[in-house]
Amino acid sequence: MKKNLITAVLMTLVTTVLFGLAFPIVITGLAQVLFPRQANGELLTKNGRVVGSRWIGQSFSSLGYFHSRPSSAGTGYDATNSGGSNLGPTNQSLVARVQGDADRLQAENPGVAIPMDMLTSSGSGLDPHISPEAAEFQVPRIARERGVSEDVVREAVRQHTEARQFGFLGEPRVNVLVLNLTLDEISPKPVNR
Amino acid sequence: MTANGWLQIFFLLLVVLLITKPLGGFMARVFGRERTWLDPVMRPMERILYRLTGVDESHDMDWKEYALALLLFSGVSMILLYVLQRVQQWAWLPWNPQKLAGVPPALAFNTAASFTTNTNWQNYSPESTMSYLTQMVGLAYHNWVSAAAGMALAIAFIRGISRREQKTIGNFWVDLVRGTLWILAPLCLVGALLLVSQGVVQNLKPYDTVQVVDPYLTPQLGSDGKPVNGPDGKPLMQTVTQQVIAQGPTASQEIIKELGTNGGGFFNANSAHPFENPTPFTNFLEMFCILAIPSAFTYTLGKMTGSPRHGWAVWAAMALLFLAGVTTAYWAEARGNPLITSAALHSPQHSASALQASGNLEGKEVRFGVANSALFATVTTDTSCGAVNSMHDSFTPLGGMVPLINLMLSEVIFGGVGAGMYGMLVFVILSVFIAGLMVGRTPEYLGKKIEAYDVKMAMLVVLIFPLVILVLTAISVLYSFGTSAISNAGPHGFTQILYAFTSSVANNGSAFNGFSGNTPWYNTSLGIAMLLGRFMMILPMLAIAGNLAGKKQTPATLGTFPVTGPLFTVLLIGVVVIVGALTFFPALSLGPILEHLLMQAGKTF
Repeated sequence: MKKNLITAVLMTLVTTVLFGLAFPIVITGLAQVLFPRQANGELLTKNGRVVGSRWIGQSFSSLGYFHSRPSSAGTGYDATNSGGSNLGPTNQSLVARVQGDADRLQAENPGVAIPMDMLTSSGSGLDPHISPEAAEFQVPRIARERGVSEDVVREAVRQHTEARQFGFLGEPRVNVLVLNLTLDEISPKPVNR
Repeated sequence: MTANGWLQIFFLLLVVLLITKPLGGFMARVFGRERTWLDPVMRPMERILYRLTGVDESHDMDWKEYALALLLFSGVSMILLYVLQRVQQWAWLPWNPQKLAGVPPALAFNTAASFTTNTNWQNYSPESTMSYLTQMVGLAYHNWVSAAAGMALAIAFIRGISRREQKTIGNFWVDLVRGTLWILAPLCLVGALLLVSQGVVQNLKPYDTVQVVDPYLTPQLGSDGKPVNGPDGKPLMQTVTQQVIAQGPTASQEIIKELGTNGGGFFNANSAHPFENPTPFTNFLEMFCILAIPSAFTYTLGKMTGSPRHGWAVWAAMALLFLAGVTTAYWAEARGNPLITSAALHSPQHSASALQASGNLEGKEVRFGVANSALFATVTTDTSCGAVNSMHDSFTPLGGMVPLINLMLSEVIFGGVGAGMYGMLVFVILSVFIAGLMVGRTPEYLGKKIEAYDVKMAMLVVLIFPLVILVLTAISVLYSFGTSAISNAGPHGFTQILYAFTSSVANNGSAFNGFSGNTPWYNTSLGIAMLLGRFMMILPMLAIAGNLAGKKQTPATLGTFPVTGPLFTVLLIGVVVIVGALTFFPALSLGPILEHLLMQAGKTF
């Protein structure tokens, strides 16, 4: 008993140093040398200012920008407060939220089918992507607001559409923040709010 | 359901099948103390470790000493984790750039119990509660050792089966050290760097503050998290111009979180968070890491007991149960939620074509979609992992019932690292016993007679599990201190409580996450449930192992029930399902089954 207790204490201390300290520090060191951009969150800049991370979605409300999915992280895209809505399938609040969003989206683009991802909030609340269908749904609005042709906008969407990884993993997707930054380069027209 | 979805599901199963033999064979050599190609590096480190900790590697333990060593180690390391959480705010301790406060006692107890037992249930939001130091030295550390302890126990059980007329089942300290150095460490090193190369963050810097591209208005929140109303009674609005992005040493924790089937997220959203799981490839890698060691254990079992075909028969039972689960979950999620569909189409001017059908995407990420979310949910609950890449709370009732049933079958479908193996072996003993009853002769398992003592201990494991879950659930639904944690009304609320206790006793750690468990009742009761679920399973299991090791080898005869063919696989599946289903079916019909029927009838809560 006593011998095993002493070993238990010593083993806890030694393995803590090894796996709790040495391992993460070695990995941090290697990551910072080998993959410095990825290890620090792939921050994006615009006019020299850091405007976001490639992997962390943002809220867009101006009509001239592509909109992200609904978010339940904090008050929306709060990257210190990730999480989903956790609304159950029979929860009234879920049904009410979907109704509200569907009305708004139909008014924006009457008669066109609404992609499901625009009506549902993501698991992280920070989803950086929308589906290509959700981007296509928004193309007419963007073109109208920015005063450019739909084809120009559509071309930007096409450029930023990522296919399934290695041809079969995951789903096709469009990074909203990256697409919107490109949009600002194509048509730097000030966006009304 | 799409062809591409099925392709991904079968591809994962195929890759797991391919790794089973090489990894399982390697594990048999490591725990059998045979030579491996890693010896030149690891053997000197191993010797130094034993010298520092006073371990005599030639000493073999009987089952009682093995259990004692495990309990002492778990106790000491659990206390250390508790203390670390309580003092993380001390200024001289490093890596707390956000100046996070100390963790309150009840929550610190719950978390310490949670990570020591390989559960990783989280009653807190990591990015706003735990310092980098606590995450690395406290939480990620337990991911390593609780997994290694699970592997040690499974190996001890397998030794109990394969040894003849011996009192001992190995040395806990040696098994613990060899499991971490030879198996977990090399895989984690490679895996962590692969994750970083894809975009999983790994740094010790403070959270980044960025200027958002399109500032926007949101309601102002008070200190209680509720919107603040102005004098006119309308909510006060504020313009958001900045986004604060949580960072940290994520990859090094992410990899052991999956490989050790722990599941505790570095961030609140767990593997749904883009910094934990940015691409479909990281998603695949994480699922593969969850299944790799548990699947390999079936081969280790076959190899160490000299009956490889028995190992494969167990693997087949696991794979079939896995496919049954993922098929149901994928079907239910792809079918979607009729309430959302009709809500989107509610007003008359919407035509029936006004919605693109693509299943239930609430709580799911676009990059993973329905197929990978249903697959991940199945993988994480077949094993004792509990990491999530989508929110189980928002699954359709039947889709969410699959993870719940997986937990109720006590996670033996591949199962936790080690824990799945010894859990499944208890079911194997019961299967052999039932087969023996049917033909009226003393059951044998790989040459060992299964007698009253072994069956009693196996039944103890099978009975304690539902007893703890159902009693604590029943208490919680009767009193307001229990029902206050519910965030979804109706049958779904009952499921939230049932899921919490099932997940805790099964040492899984996934949740119906709307559930607010950070209360005195749940911190305590869930903490105790996790400790019972771990140690009250381990003790009878080690007792069986010790008892089996002492038995004589009985030669197989014509009357011996073979544990190698399809007949055995089917019987094993039957025992697992019937034991699980019979105990929990009444509870399931009050929760997800009722909710499914009400949802079909258009009822909301």
